[in-house]
Amino acid sequence: MNGRAVELVASLREGDWRTAADQLLQRLQNAWKTLVVGVPYFWLLIFFLAPFFIVLKISVAESIIASPPFSPLVDLTEEGIINLKLVLDNYAYLWEDQLYIDSYLNSLKISTISTLLCLLIGYPIAYAIVRSSPTAKNILLLMIILPFWTSFLLRVYAWMGLLADQGTINSFLIWLGIIDEPIRMLYAEFAVYVGIVYTYVPFMILPLYANMEKLDITLHEAAADLGARPFTTFRTVTVPMTMPGIVAGSLLVFIPATGEFVIPDLLGGGNVLMIGRVLYNEFNANHDWPVAAAVAIVLLLVLVIPMMIYQHIQSGETEG
Amino acid sequence: MAQQPDYSDRPWLDPNATPFIRVQAITKKFGPFTAVDNVDLDIYRGELFCLLGGSGCGKTTLLRILAGFETPTIGTISIDGADMTSVPPYERPVNMMFQSYALFPHMTVERNVAYGLERDGIAKAEIAAQVNDMLSMVELTPFAKRKPHQLSGGQRQRVALARALVKRPKVLLLDEPLGALDKRLREQTQYELMNIQDRLGITFVVVTHDQEEAMTLSTRIAVMDVGRFVQIGTPTEIYEFPETRFVADFIGSTNMFEGRITENGADHVRVRAEEYEADFYIDHGMSIKEGTKVWVAVRPEKVEISKTAPPFGPNQLKGVVRDVGYLGNFSTYRVQLSNTRIVAVTHPNQRRPARGEHEVDWDDEVHLSWAASSAVVLTK
Ligand SMILES: Nc1ncnc2c1ncn2[C@@H]1O[C@H](COP(=O)(O)OP(=O)(O)OP(=O)(O)O)[C@@H](O)[C@H]1O
Ligand SMILES: [Mg+2]
Repeated sequence: MNGRAVELVASLREGDWRTAADQLLQRLQNAWKTLVVGVPYFWLLIFFLAPFFIVLKISVAESIIASPPFSPLVDLTEEGIINLKLVLDNYAYLWEDQLYIDSYLNSLKISTISTLLCLLIGYPIAYAIVRSSPTAKNILLLMIILPFWTSFLLRVYAWMGLLADQGTINSFLIWLGIIDEPIRMLYAEFAVYVGIVYTYVPFMILPLYANMEKLDITLHEAAADLGARPFTTFRTVTVPMTMPGIVAGSLLVFIPATGEFVIPDLLGGGNVLMIGRVLYNEFNANHDWPVAAAVAIVLLLVLVIPMMIYQHIQSGETEG
Repeated sequence: MAQQPDYSDRPWLDPNATPFIRVQAITKKFGPFTAVDNVDLDIYRGELFCLLGGSGCGKTTLLRILAGFETPTIGTISIDGADMTSVPPYERPVNMMFQSYALFPHMTVERNVAYGLERDGIAKAEIAAQVNDMLSMVELTPFAKRKPHQLSGGQRQRVALARALVKRPKVLLLDEPLGALDKRLREQTQYELMNIQDRLGITFVVVTHDQEEAMTLSTRIAVMDVGRFVQIGTPTEIYEFPETRFVADFIGSTNMFEGRITENGADHVRVRAEEYEADFYIDHGMSIKEGTKVWVAVRPEKVEISKTAPPFGPNQLKGVVRDVGYLGNFSTYRVQLSNTRIVAVTHPNQRRPARGEHEVDWDDEVHLSWAASSAVVLTK
C-alpha cells in the first residue's frame, strides 16, 4: 500500500502534480460558486414556488367532503385513463359574489391609507434619526426595533385594552371630563388603522433610514446656495433622492397590510371587511379549500401586477 | 497738481476705494478648536482672489462662512455694502462651486443649471434661453440631456461652474475648482476661468492648495496657516517679497541661510552666516538692529552656477554637485556645501548641450553666486 502511494506521487512529475492540484482547486471553487448562487434559488423553490403551485393546484380543484377536502388534479380511472381536471368555478364564484370584490377593495383601501399614514409618520422620524448625533442615532434605532422583542399578539391585545369602550383611553377622557360617553374606537376601522400603522411603521422607517443615510448633505447646501428655501430643497432634492426608500418602505407596508388577518380580526371584530379574514373564514369555517386558494391566488395577482408595472416603468426610466 | 495714479486694476492700493467684500475680525470655532482665527480681509470688485494654504488651515471654512453655511463665532461679513453675517445662504448674492461639485444626480445637466434660475421665479422661456447661453459658453450643449453620472470629471466640473455662474452672482466662491482635473485640462480650465471672470466681471474667491494655480489665476493671494493669514499680496509680491519663512517656503522652493545682521545701511544690509562662512549683501534697507538673527532667502533660479570662480565679493558659496535633474527646458542641481548643507539651483537650458555632456555635471566643484537684489531678508 505504502509503496504504491510513493510510486504514484513519484510518477507524477512536479509540474503535472501542480496542474492536477490547480484543476482540483478550480473545480472546488466552481462547485462552491454554484452552491453559493444556488442556495437562494433553492430557498425560493422550496419555500415560495412549491407552496405557490400547491395553492394554485388547490384553487382549480373541486370542493368535496373528504380529507383533504378537494378533488385531485389528476386521477387514474379504472380503464387506465389519466384524467386531468381543472375547475375554474372557484374564480368565477369570486367574481359573482359581491362579498369578495368588496373585501378586496376594502383591503386595498385600508392598506393604501395605512401606507400613506406610515409614510407621513415614518419619513420625518427617519429624517430626524439620520440627522441626530451618532449616539442618539443608535438609541433611536434601537427604540424602533425594540417592539419586535415582544410578541406581536401581545401588542395587539395591549391595543385592545387601550382602545376598548371601557379601555384606558376612554376611561381617562371620561375622568378628565372631556367626554361623557365612551368613544367607539375598538371594533371599528379606526382601531384597524391604528393597529396596522403601529405595527408596520418600522418597516417604513428602516428602508427610509438606510436610504437617507446615503444622502449627501452638500446637495442640500448646493440647493440652498442656489436660492432654495428649506421647504423647496426638501421638495426638489430630498424627496426625489429618497424615492427608492419611499418605494421600498411603501411596498414593505402595503403588501403585508393588504393580506393582514390578525389585526382586522382582533381590533376590527366582525365589522371590518378585509380579504385576509375572508380567506381565513373560507378555509376554517366553510372548509372550502379551493375557494380559499382562489382568494389567495387573486390576492397575489392584485399585489404583484402593480409591482411589475412599477418595475417596468422604473427600468424604462433608468435606461432613457 | 499731481496726477492721480491709475488704480483701476489694483484697487487695493487705492486709499479711496471701498472693498466689495469685507471680512472683519472673523473667528470660527468648532467646539474648542479654532478653525479660523480673527481674520480680516478686504476684497475688491472684480478681483480674482485666491485663498492658499496647506490642508486643514481653514480655507474651506472661511469660504463656507462667506457662502453662509457656517455662522462665524465672532465677527461680521458684508458684501457690496450689505451686512451678510446672519443672512441665510439662499438669500445671499453669492454662489459657490463645491469641491465635490454637488451636482443633483437626479436631474439632467440642463435642469441642474436651470435650478438656481427656477428658484428666482423667472419665466420659463427666459430660463431656457439663459441656460442655453451658459451651456454653450462652457461647451456643454451636446450634453444638456445627460445626467451627471454620464459625464466625465471635466464635464461635471464645467456643469458645476455653469450652475454657479448662471445666476450672475455678485461673488462666486470656488473651492478647489480644478482639483479633480489632470494637468493639461487644468491649465486649459484655468485660462477659461480667467476669461469668464474677465468677461462677466464677477468677483471670484478661489480656494486652492496648489500654489502654481494661485500664481496663474489671481489678482491677489492670501496665504493661510492654522486659521490666520500670514501674507496677502499680488502673486509677484508673494513670490519675490515673502514676509516670512513660511510664505517663502510654501510658495515655490527657496534656499534659506540663517545669519546675523552685521551692517545696516540706508539702502543695504550685510548678513554674516557663520555656519556657511559666508557674507551676504542685500540691496534693500531694513529697520532692524545689528546682531539680529535673520534668514536670507534665495530662489533656486536666482542662483548662478559656474565652474569658474566669479570675482571676489559677497553672496558666494562653494560646493560639489550631488544631483543633476535634466527637465528639458531647465536643469536642477543639488549642490552640497562644505558644511554638508544642500543648495538647490535651477538653470535654464539656453544652449543645447553637446551629446551626453552638460556644462555642469555630477561631482563637479562649482561656485554659486547671486546678485545683491536677488535675496530677501526675513526676520520670522
Ligand atoms: N464641522 C466641523 N467640525 C469640527 N471641525 C471642523 C469642521 N469643519 C472643519 N473642521 C476643522 O477645521 C479645520 C479647517 O478645516 P477646513 O475644511 O477649512 O480646511 P481646508 O483649509 O479647507 O483644508 P483642505 O485643503 O484639506 O480642504 C480642520 O482642522 C478641520 O478638521
Ligand atoms: Mg477644503
